[in-house]
Amino acid sequence: MSVIIILILASLAVALTFLGGFIWAVRSGQYEDTCTPAMRVLTEDPAGAKPDPLSPKHSKKP
Amino acid sequence: MAGEGQSPATRMLRRQNSVIESLSKAQGQSHPVRPPSARGTDACFHCGEPCPDDAFARDEKPFCCLGCQTVFSLLQENGLGQFYELNSAPGTCIRAAAAAVKWGFLDDPAVREKLLDFADERQAKVTLHLPAIHCVACVWLLENLFKLHPGIGRSLVNYTRREAAITFATDRIQLSELVALLASIGYEPELTFGEMEKPPAPLRKKSWLQIGIAAFAFGNIMLMSLPAYLGLDSLNGPWFRAIAGWLSLGLALPVVTFCASDFWRAAWWSLRQRVLTLAVPIALGLAAIYGQSLFEVLAHRGPGYCDSLTGLIFFLLCGRLFQQKTHDRLTFDRDYKGFFPLAVIRKTAAGEESVAISRLQTGDRLILRHGELLPADARLTEGEACIDYSFVTGEADPVTRTAGDHLYAGGRQIGGAIEVETIKPVAQSYLASLWNHDAFRKRRNDDLDSLTNRYSRRFTVLVVGIAFTAAAFWIFSDASRALKAFTSVLIVACPCALALAAPLTHGTAQRLLARLNIFLKNAPVIERLAGVDTIVLDKTGTLTCADARGVEFQSAECGLPSEASGRRMGARSAELSMDEAQWLASLTRHSTHPHSARIHQALGAAPLPVDGFRETPGGGIEGEISGRRILLGSRSWLERRGVACRSRGNEALPEPGEKSAPPHVGSYTCMAIDGRFRGTFVLANTLRPEVGQLLAQLGGRFELALLSGDHVHEAARFQKLFGPRATLRFNQSPAEKLDFIRALQKSGRRVMMVGDGLNDAGALKQADVGVAVVENIGAFSPASDVILDAAQLPRLAQVLKFSRQAARVVRTGFVISALYNLVGVSIAAAGLLAPIVCAVLMPVSSATVVAFSCGTTLWLGRRIFASLTQPEKISTPAPLLEPAVKLVEAA
Repeated sequence: MSVIIILILASLAVALTFLGGFIWAVRSGQYEDTCTPAMRVLTEDPAGAKPDPLSPKHSKKP
Repeated sequence: MAGEGQSPATRMLRRQNSVIESLSKAQGQSHPVRPPSARGTDACFHCGEPCPDDAFARDEKPFCCLGCQTVFSLLQENGLGQFYELNSAPGTCIRAAAAAVKWGFLDDPAVREKLLDFADERQAKVTLHLPAIHCVACVWLLENLFKLHPGIGRSLVNYTRREAAITFATDRIQLSELVALLASIGYEPELTFGEMEKPPAPLRKKSWLQIGIAAFAFGNIMLMSLPAYLGLDSLNGPWFRAIAGWLSLGLALPVVTFCASDFWRAAWWSLRQRVLTLAVPIALGLAAIYGQSLFEVLAHRGPGYCDSLTGLIFFLLCGRLFQQKTHDRLTFDRDYKGFFPLAVIRKTAAGEESVAISRLQTGDRLILRHGELLPADARLTEGEACIDYSFVTGEADPVTRTAGDHLYAGGRQIGGAIEVETIKPVAQSYLASLWNHDAFRKRRNDDLDSLTNRYSRRFTVLVVGIAFTAAAFWIFSDASRALKAFTSVLIVACPCALALAAPLTHGTAQRLLARLNIFLKNAPVIERLAGVDTIVLDKTGTLTCADARGVEFQSAECGLPSEASGRRMGARSAELSMDEAQWLASLTRHSTHPHSARIHQALGAAPLPVDGFRETPGGGIEGEISGRRILLGSRSWLERRGVACRSRGNEALPEPGEKSAPPHVGSYTCMAIDGRFRGTFVLANTLRPEVGQLLAQLGGRFELALLSGDHVHEAARFQKLFGPRATLRFNQSPAEKLDFIRALQKSGRRVMMVGDGLNDAGALKQADVGVAVVENIGAFSPASDVILDAAQLPRLAQVLKFSRQAARVVRTGFVISALYNLVGVSIAAAGLLAPIVCAVLMPVSSATVVAFSCGTTLWLGRRIFASLTQPEKISTPAPLLEPAVKLVEAA
């Protein structure tokens, strides 16, 4: 009989993981702008093309 | 870098661009090889403007001006050539951009501090509003800004808001340099006085979290309640029921406290205001459900109603989010500060300096150049002022002032530079004083008077009455049944469906209107639109506009321009030959002066190369085309250059600034070819198309009035348009307009004000519904409830009809939900309500109302607006879709 308890707890644990993911996504601002990311996929950048967000120190391209 | 390693998306876009190029070549050019300096209409590779010749061509690509060519070279050199692959001619024409602005004032610590989001010793972050952002290529270029300067770090574009958040190293690049760099590539940020005091954009994080958590709890509780509904829980014994009950209560707790917090707050607020709003029965219902559930679980009586409770809150939150549709690009509460620049040029002993408007003091000497705005009341000390007050007073013609004259804030100088001395602080000047009026201080409470709340007042009293009666009825025979009946009534009557009817109808209507470029500030505006019985319209800029249709050419051969003898340009006046039209079109294309732009638009001929183009601010423009020397400008300027501006009848032409008698309405621009006076362009304000039809439609149902800051010379014409009963007032100051609206309201009228400029700002604010008419969505508009694309003005009658029908849909929704409540409450009052009935009745009633509200509103909207053609400009997502649409078409 206790198997149903385990199942309930397991399903709740999975659901809570997803809820955690959702809360993280909202808090990191992913729901603030839902239009621009869709445009970004149309462009393409080679790997490493983005600057380091914290230290804007890189040499100018030749 | 334009090599092999491109993504399919880029390749698709390239192919699409080449298809477009070949198509445009096939249509526009009969000669496959274009001879140098021949009459060509190649589109500029950067901005898409037609190019007259190969003067600025580079890498076999045509450019219309040096500015566009420079940006192209700059991007190529820095490996940003992909910009041109993402969209055809994605740039902003640099030639059309304003003259070089000094950005030095941005490094003023006080200004800097207000503009920056964040700053430390090494780096800073700034969010700039860049109105020029319009396509995928813009987003890409701005996010690769770091390639243009080593001091720039990450930049992130928000397309819907037209904003870019840029991080930069403060020791490598100054804010002023960053802004100058952006301006040089065509993305000049909008830096207005209002921008400095703008509160940060509200975040929607909390709404999303509330919905997510409510959905999570709703789903999981439903899963655990299902066995109870199906009678399966008895198989597992009483402990299962207890665990399911406790888990449900635990899951519902954050929903009741966090997710529903706004409903509690609203109910508490309305009780403190001693007004019964819909929030009160909702809060009562929620409290009753949670209390009943707690009691049942504690007393081991049942699983409670947590599933219904969380479901209810989830639906309510969804309804609220649907209604809170915001238009990120638009601002509905701007004041004069949004119109003022951030800085002006001040003259000091040492020379000229840029100074932020907030630091301006009385007695400062300012220098205003062509097109610049006077931020404070001032006295003219030097130069000849020609001030355009159209945005402040609604007067169409600019006025001439001489040294010593008093100038009001908000005027725009046209012509050469002038020097003024400020005599009042910015906040106490003529324009700003309008905002000190108490109409701007009191905040209108949309909520209290809404249809929903009028209904809910009676509803709440009724429900509480029934609950107590039922309890009193049972208390003598069966005490436990009395409690159950009491809570059941509150639970069943919880106005979920009622609370959904209005938001969904309004939300749907709002979306439908937004697709037609009619934007509502918030949903309750629909209800106020439905109640309007008087419509007050502004004249200049609202009913009339300055476009190509108002341009007339009057040859020197036929005396003074008049409506009888003047011929419209559109009809290809025989007075102006095709060649002459082409010369003028080529000349005017180089000037950004509004008159030049209108004449250019009216002529619409293919451009020719112009030699020795020169623009004299306040005078005119000149240049040599096909060997002819052409001058276009004011009469005094032409006369100073030795052209006798006399028509055949030897009558002198009136000066542009003079108040002219009808029908000579508008401004004049004179033209001379090879030193001989050729004729005059009359630039008049013309009625927008279909205005007559609109007024006829409105006149039958509404009382109409016209308020104009302009002089009375067109009174008769407008009286005919408005009908004999309408009130027409001319020479109205902004304060008089406001008072007129207030007087109408005092006599019990519900007034809609339709206006465009700052001179209407007071009236727009005071009116029950303020409608701002704008030529360009996203451009400046004064505080209002509705922002209407000028092209949609003829639809005003349909919009009003639609809003009345929407109000009727809300009322019908109330009736439906009331019927459900009636059935539910009568069972509940008998104390017979089984949980399963309760659980089914609630979602079914909500679903019916949702389907009815959305469906009916959509159907009505389609029926009203279907007969009209779709607007050409579609709101926000259009540029994103364009490439895909073109691809499909090309295929």
